[in-house]
Parts: sequence; structure tokens; C-alpha cells
Amino acid sequence: MKVGVTVNGTAQEHDVEPRTLLVHYLREDCGLTGTKVGCDTSSCGACTVLVDGESVKSCTMLAVQADGATATTIEGLANGEAMHPVQQAFHEHHGLQCGYCTAGMVMAAVSLLEETPDPSERDVRIGIEGNLCRCTGYHNIVESVLAAAEQMRTQPR
Amino acid sequence: MIPAAFDYVRAESAEDAVAQLAEHGDEAKLLAGGMSLLPLMKLRLATPAVLVDVGRVSELSYVRDAGDHVAIGALTRHRDVETNDVLSRECGVLRAVASQVGDNQVRHRGTIGGSIAHGDPASDLPAALLALDATFVAQGPAGTREIAASEFFQGFLETALAPDELLCEIRVPKTGADGFAFEKFSRRAQDFATVGVVAVRTSAATHVGLINMGSTPLRATAVERALAQGATAADAAARAADGTEPSADLNASVEYREHLARVLVRRALGAI
Repeated sequence: MKVGVTVNGTAQEHDVEPRTLLVHYLREDCGLTGTKVGCDTSSCGACTVLVDGESVKSCTMLAVQADGATATTIEGLANGEAMHPVQQAFHEHHGLQCGYCTAGMVMAAVSLLEETPDPSERDVRIGIEGNLCRCTGYHNIVESVLAAAEQMRTQPR
Repeated sequence: MIPAAFDYVRAESAEDAVAQLAEHGDEAKLLAGGMSLLPLMKLRLATPAVLVDVGRVSELSYVRDAGDHVAIGALTRHRDVETNDVLSRECGVLRAVASQVGDNQVRHRGTIGGSIAHGDPASDLPAALLALDATFVAQGPAGTREIAASEFFQGFLETALAPDELLCEIRVPKTGADGFAFEKFSRRAQDFATVGVVAVRTSAATHVGLINMGSTPLRATAVERALAQGATAADAAARAADGTEPSADLNASVEYREHLARVLVRRALGAI
């Protein structure tokens, strides 16, 4: 069936089976491979994207459920050459090692900061509990999210 | 992992959903947020021939102050329960429990009705609503009927809902902003409770719900009875595992779950 989603500001329409997962729609039909498939069981959060501005695990959502919605993936965050403050903060604070969790971690953080613009460290740790990182132990990730929050509060884009 | 193929139907209203269920019979499953159903379908533990998507039936997403109770539309998302002012004021326990379901991503999609209709004894909300003496409203071809929470959970993932019925509303008594405790023990962030306890003090009594202590969500009836007879919290909590039949899994043995139930009930009773 035809599924239309506005992805990163661009209207997409693809003919897919109803059982197509959103993550496969984004990666295989839209060609946006920044979103990763990790555990594929809605535990690890590597597949996190925004649907209508809120974080979701795209491995546990059907593409048809996003029909008519707006989706944002990691590819849609930067403004031209200027990285999103969360991306910039992950870069500056070394919030990644192997990078596999990073796209999902950044998208989860963007959604978290939308809902909680001035989070405590505990808010951040709880806010990203749906995203697993097997390299860094979260220390620099939490630093990155806190730094991004500060940046976004003081210098809105 | 990809679900087995199915036909997809989008319901436009509650009536439409009920009509679709009537048309497709036992082969059909309702899809709300999909947080429980889609993982089962990906593992092919569930292979419905038809999915009736009620996710866009916005008329079933609401929280209303209904006088002596709060009425919650079945499609209200956990996130909306977690942030709702009426619930925060009139039934704080539900807000607190919803805020610990899964993680942010799950709470953005998952719905209270979906969690109840799934009937998982390891889920937080079914035991909370059981402790609250909630009432569920189901809509079927013959109209609506009310089902008491105490009659609703009948077996592992089995509820009193008929295959042609849609859960449309949850009614919770007003218990106020506080007077409750929620103790959830799990070894990993975002995980289901190894064991959980919801304690609510109402005007008449203290109710205690148990998460993951049997094939259905349970009330700790021995604890409640002991409290009603004047037992101390510590003595009552010692009865927390009485009459329960928890299962053993990788996270906990039967004995460990029974121990957790006693400890968590003691903590919960101490906190309210």
C-alpha cells in the first residue's frame, strides 16, 4: 500500500507491504541509512527517530502507522553545514566511540530536550534509558546532552 | 525480524473498529500503539491475518474529570497520562506508574488501553488499575458494557474482552495526589519489573497490587486483610507472597520473587 511520510522536510511516498517496519522504510525505501537497526527488539534505541517531533523506536513501528506523519532522522538535524547543537555537543564532548548507537542517542536527546529543556544529570540519565551504548559507559554522552541543553537555552538556533 | 504478512485496515472510529472486528472475526487483532503487539508479531508469536489499526481514533484519547471518577480514553498514551494535570491532582498513583513504563520512546507510542487489553502480569498499569478498583468500558456489536478490573484479568495475556470487543475507556476512582507508593524492582533500566508493588490508600482501606507475581496481575489479598484487621505494616507485608504463584525465569527464582514481594510491600506500606 502507498505510505506517504514527510521525511526531513521532503515528501516521500513509497508502495510498501503493511508489515514493513518504519526503520526499513527509512533505510531501504527512502535511502536514509543513518538510522541503525540494533537489537531489533525495541530495547537498544539505535533506531530512534522523531515522528511528529517525538522520539520513537522505528523498529517497533509499522511504516503504515507513520502514513501522513512528519519524520526526522539524523540526516535531517543539521542546518546546511551547521550541525544541530546536540550533534555539535556529541562532537565536542566525545559522546561516542564506535558510533553505532549515536544516531539513535542524538535523536533521543533532541526529543528529551524538547520536553525537558533544563534537565538535571539524573533527568538525562533517565531520559536516555531507552538507548544503550556498549562502548563509553554513558559518561560523555550525558556530558554532551547537558552541554547541548545549555547551548540551546542560551543560544537558540 | 519482520512480522508475518497481514492485511491492514485503518479504523476511523470506535464503531468502525467494532465493525471491522465483527467482519474479520478471530483472525483480526487491534493495533493501538503496538508496543506489546508488534514485538510479538516480529517474533511470530502472534500472526494475525488482519490488523485493525485504531491508532488514529483520536476520540478515544482523553482524560476527563467525571465527578466521582476520572475517565481515561483507551488510546491515551503513557506520555499523556504521565503529564496530565487532572490525573496528577485526582489520581497521582496512575501518573507515577505511567511515568515508569518502558522508556520515553515507548511512552510516546504505548497506550493505557493497549497495556490493559494485552493483560501482561509483568506490566505496571494492569496491577495499578487492579489496585485502584478501576472499571473498564468495552464496546462490542451489542453496545457497551462495564467490566470491573477484578473480573478482567483472567489468565496469562487473557482478559474478559471478547474477540469482537474494543476497550474504550478506563474509569479510575479519585484517590488524590498522594497516599500511594510504587515500588518497581528491575535489574536493568527500562526493563519490566522483576517484581513490582503498587499500594494505594483509599478512604476505606489500603489496596496493594502485585506486578509479576503470577499469571495475572494480582491483589495482595492476605496483606490487605491483615491490614484491615489491624496488623502492623511489617506483619502485613510478611504475607505479601501468600496465595501467589510467581514463575521462575533468568532474572529471578520463585523464592527470590516471593522475597522481593515481601520487601517491596514493606517498603510501599512504609511510604504511604
